[in-house]
Amino acid sequence: MRHLPDLSRRSVLLGMPALAMAGGMRSAFAHAPTDRRLVVVLLRGAMDGLAVVPPYGDPQLAQWRGELLLPEPGQPNGLLDLGGRFGLHPSLAGLHQMYGDGDLLLWHAAAGPYRVRSHFDAQDMMESGALQRLDSGWLNRVAGAMPKPSSNSARPLVAGDSMPLLMEGRVPVASWAPDNMAAKIPATLWSQIVTLSAQDKQIGQAMREGIATRGFADGIVDQSAPAKGGMAQFAGPAGELLAAPGGPRIAALEIGGWDTHQAQKPHLADALKQLDAGLVALKQGLGDAWSKTAVLVITEFGRTVRANGTAGTDHGTGSVAMLAGGAVAGGRVGGTWPGLRQDQLFENRDVAPTTDLWSLAKGLLRDHMGVGGTAMAQVFPASGAAPQSGLIRKL
Amino acid sequence: MIMHPAIALIHFGLGPRPDQNLPPDSRAWLLAQLDGPGAAAYPTGLLDTAGALAAGRQRIEMRKETKNKIPKDQDPVAQADEADQRAEAMIWVGAEDSFRERMVLFWANHFTTSRRNGGTAALLGPFVREAIRPNINGNFPDLLLAVMRHPAMLAYLNNENSVGPNSPRGLKTHEGLNENLARECMELHTVSPASGYTQQDVTAMARILTGWSVKRDGADAGFLYRRFAHEPGAHVVLQQRFAEGEQGGIDALRFLALHPATAQHVSFKLARHFVSDTPPPALVSAMTTRYRDTGGNLPAVMGVLIDFPGAWPQPGQGVRKLRTPVEYVAASHRALGFDASQAPRLVNQTRGLEQPIWGAPSPKGWSDVASDWLDPAMLLKRVEFAYVNAAVGAPKADVAALPALALGPYASPATAKAVSSAGSRPEAVALLLSSPEFWRR
Repeated sequence: MRHLPDLSRRSVLLGMPALAMAGGMRSAFAHAPTDRRLVVVLLRGAMDGLAVVPPYGDPQLAQWRGELLLPEPGQPNGLLDLGGRFGLHPSLAGLHQMYGDGDLLLWHAAAGPYRVRSHFDAQDMMESGALQRLDSGWLNRVAGAMPKPSSNSARPLVAGDSMPLLMEGRVPVASWAPDNMAAKIPATLWSQIVTLSAQDKQIGQAMREGIATRGFADGIVDQSAPAKGGMAQFAGPAGELLAAPGGPRIAALEIGGWDTHQAQKPHLADALKQLDAGLVALKQGLGDAWSKTAVLVITEFGRTVRANGTAGTDHGTGSVAMLAGGAVAGGRVGGTWPGLRQDQLFENRDVAPTTDLWSLAKGLLRDHMGVGGTAMAQVFPASGAAPQSGLIRKL
Repeated sequence: MIMHPAIALIHFGLGPRPDQNLPPDSRAWLLAQLDGPGAAAYPTGLLDTAGALAAGRQRIEMRKETKNKIPKDQDPVAQADEADQRAEAMIWVGAEDSFRERMVLFWANHFTTSRRNGGTAALLGPFVREAIRPNINGNFPDLLLAVMRHPAMLAYLNNENSVGPNSPRGLKTHEGLNENLARECMELHTVSPASGYTQQDVTAMARILTGWSVKRDGADAGFLYRRFAHEPGAHVVLQQRFAEGEQGGIDALRFLALHPATAQHVSFKLARHFVSDTPPPALVSAMTTRYRDTGGNLPAVMGVLIDFPGAWPQPGQGVRKLRTPVEYVAASHRALGFDASQAPRLVNQTRGLEQPIWGAPSPKGWSDVASDWLDPAMLLKRVEFAYVNAAVGAPKADVAALPALALGPYASPATAKAVSSAGSRPEAVALLLSSPEFWRR
């Protein structure tokens, strides 16, 4: 039996020690309407789905992506095999294992219904579940549609230091972050910070020295060492809290570092390693509850199909959404692949969106969490998207 | 010279807060804070000096009962110390009169007391509240006297048990002089070595200060002049003769406070702290003159500083002062509009950046020059704290307005662009808090 995380004062708010430590106690939720867990992971900064799940056989890919391409499956440092025409970025070894177990569904060419190219605006809409920024997030409205938790310890959970708009709203939520969490700053951010510091002679010099002693390569922040700290630090304990009887059933996490305008190869690898370690930690934390869990991993939009002049990509549209969990009918790449011919691109630049993100979310909510039509209309107001079927395993 | 309101807050204060308006007249804003004591809205429940001394006695009793180390959450001294630090952090984050807070910080550092020596921990907060704050806008002699009579200083620099060898007690117990307080008073607090004082002067001053001690028990715990420990006879310091007794010490301190070398030393330190690592000699000279003309009137001296051309760093000209860790963390929390609930985080971050509150490693206090705060590993730590603070603060912050708020006229186009095009709001805020402009004031 895994012991619970070292609970900080903040987490005592959840009332966890009293309930969870008393093993064998009959939980108020033993016959609860749902034992299903729902986790949403926000990837802030526009993850490049095309590089995460590339159609490696497509000759167009080489034309657009040239130096950004990774070797094909079977080659050294090559993509991981997904059994079809798509490969998986090699930094996602843990997720590849889940794919093999049938617990990971990769959905291509998904995008929200909004068409904006600003990160802030698009994230607002992604979290609001609407075409403008609302005062509440769609996941909080989902919680509002669920039976009211009988104790504070069952409140929806935000794990990590940030309170996302996704979880703002009428329903009270709890938050948890480890004390003295080792900050894991994404490579994209380090890179920008070092660049900015160069404006100041004195500070720039000292920063360059500091970066050098951390083993970062000159010019490119290349963190090839295994990810330490970061998402795994709060995802693991989040899983444990979700697993506990009387604990939360809905949780949200977020990580950044996806805005790979330059040096995409090392920077994306860094961010993906974080995500992989985080989702593996979440699964481990959930333990037996993994079989009843669905994790939705989404990003606000994708990236340009063409590489830019700084070995990176710019803001795009269609990207990959992921569904992970024992409850997910995974082990495949879903969605409708739009193709990479120039005439198939969106606005002659992006992966064309063929699935509305809210179709995926609605399919998950309906089939995994039992959210009905009326409630669904409140979760995603003014969304005509039909719920996607076939995402959740039939029991 | 443009006295931009944002510059007043950034350069002379602790940084802007989104819920506090820029003062319409920045010079008037500063001058108003040169009037009156540095009082602040502390929470209730903090110990005063007598209470702090009682906590110290309580701990000694507890140690007698158990030979083991007392856990921190049961240690009355550690609890009081932590409460004091958090209260001070709350003041820094919330204060509207942040120029006053900068002056309190300056003087508390000039007259460093630290928990690293002397068993002072619970006394440090009361020292700042009772000896420093009421006197920041008075005359330097009064400030010096208040400091030198406070138990925190007497304990920290070991004067509590400094005994005149020829005093009744000294003759009986053969206890002797401790010169620490006298030396640091002359070297660091007043005339400085530039005055040419000799070892004999230091020893004489130490004799003068014998008996300046602490009563550690009773409701009247606090400063106590122990006449039986005082070294008899008159003593000569810097060619001036002072009578035996407590009044001789008061007179000697006043003499040192008004000495021309002190005027120079204090003016230089103020100018270096507030204006530049290499303060303009003309500024130091003008402040010195005003000090001497007014008997060390601190508002008058600060008035000279505020009105000096070049005291307001214009964008793109010269190199601004580097924010110390305390100033950087306080400015970060203020820029994000944090409230008292984040005070423990602020305190922890100052420790993480190796500037623990009232924890300076020596009586010299914290350095006021940039080169001592540019350790590369510590700069990377600043970035890590920026990232954490940004994660916490970004959701509630007006990110678009933040560069202008936090950096005023010092924002560079590159930083503004990076912030506005960042991958997320938390990353935008982290970039801002990690920008070199934000690390200076």
